[in-house]
Amino acid sequence: MGIKSFCLKKSLWLFHFGGASCNNCDIEILACLTPRYDVERFGMLLVGSPRHADVILVNGSINKKDRERLLEVYDQAARPCLVVAIGACGCTGGIFAEGHTFAGPVDRIIPVDAYIPGCPPKPEALLAGMVKLINAKFG
Amino acid sequence: MALHLFYFFVFPGLLFAAVAGGFLSWFDRKITAWVQFRRGPVLLQPFYDVMKLLLVKETIVPASGSVATFLSAPVLGMSGAAISAVLVILPAFGITSGFRGDIIVIFYLLTIPSLSYIIGALASSNPLAAVGASREIKLLIGFELTLLLIFAAVILKSQMSISLYSIIAFQQESGALIGSIPGVLLFIALVFCIQAKLGLVPFDIAEAETELSEGAFIEFSGPPYAMIKVTKYMMLLVMPVLAGALLLGGLSFSGLSALWSVLKILGVVLLLTLIRNTNPRVKVGQAMRFFFLWMNALVIVAIVLIYFGL
Repeated sequence: MGIKSFCLKKSLWLFHFGGASCNNCDIEILACLTPRYDVERFGMLLVGSPRHADVILVNGSINKKDRERLLEVYDQAARPCLVVAIGACGCTGGIFAEGHTFAGPVDRIIPVDAYIPGCPPKPEALLAGMVKLINAKFG
Repeated sequence: MALHLFYFFVFPGLLFAAVAGGFLSWFDRKITAWVQFRRGPVLLQPFYDVMKLLLVKETIVPASGSVATFLSAPVLGMSGAAISAVLVILPAFGITSGFRGDIIVIFYLLTIPSLSYIIGALASSNPLAAVGASREIKLLIGFELTLLLIFAAVILKSQMSISLYSIIAFQQESGALIGSIPGVLLFIALVFCIQAKLGLVPFDIAEAETELSEGAFIEFSGPPYAMIKVTKYMMLLVMPVLAGALLLGGLSFSGLSALWSVLKILGVVLLLTLIRNTNPRVKVGQAMRFFFLWMNALVIVAIVLIYFGL
């Protein structure tokens, strides 16, 4: 493993994109930053700008308005940039999959590197998903 | 010439200040984590961050706006921080050869990183960055006068010597300035000035993550953002060393007193970290009022006390 992928693996900065979410996944993502789960010990930080992001976390059902914004955010992010779809809505559309404003799921709009299903996924599931993503991408 | 280049690029300058500042940044983040009952990042985390930004991430330049200014602002900031690191750390280590600059030159050089953030933000043509830059300008107007008054008080106290060498020598003869009542007042004001200079929490108005999403730095990515990070690490070293040299009786790195000097720097950084973890962010008006009224009044009281020989 080269120094480049080692440094990337050790400092993944997260950007959180919430679509038309019921806010449960958002709260579970924020729970990963709390003392109990503390993702900062793996070097992960929540950043405010997609220019600094290494991972875009997408949760919530993506409707027609969100679609443009998600594409915009994905275009703004500096490459290399991974995308993680979180929750039933992010992965498949969940109960909104047949709604008339639904434009997702996420992998129909942008390429997705990891899926973390659940409604909502527990913080342990989010951490396990991130570990699997890191192992798959960086060995 | 070769010695000057060595001073600028390797020993007290770029490389040393960046590495030592990186460790101080880890210390800051680890203490923050402990305050919040977390584990915190690993020791080399600041270096992983910078290496990732430098080697892996792509550089995005703004479509509208001045690209040359946008890309040269971080270089300007980093070189300003490096030269101020040289001018502050050389006297602190007691090395008398090489660059000579008095306290007024140091004051101007310390402004360069803040100015470079403003220039870079305004060149990026991002509205949030523009708001961040205007807040940074207002904050700069607020605390610079206080910082200048603190320097003036230190000069007055150390018998009108404006060289950092002679200020340290004066303190080694007659005790650290913080041992007197005006010294304590000056130290309080200086800590808040450092807080504003480094953009730490009560005064992180310019990069306010929650409302401006990193404000002045929003458009930077890849190597330019790595340079901004390195600038911040260097400033996190330079300002505590300056506080140590001005008020805490100077630093010396011979024998056992090296440990004491390191403890002084760590103590100042610990104080900054605890302040940043126990305070909410203030508004621009509140910050300016705080510096213009209260901190200036504090320093002027200290100057009057020094004038009457306390």
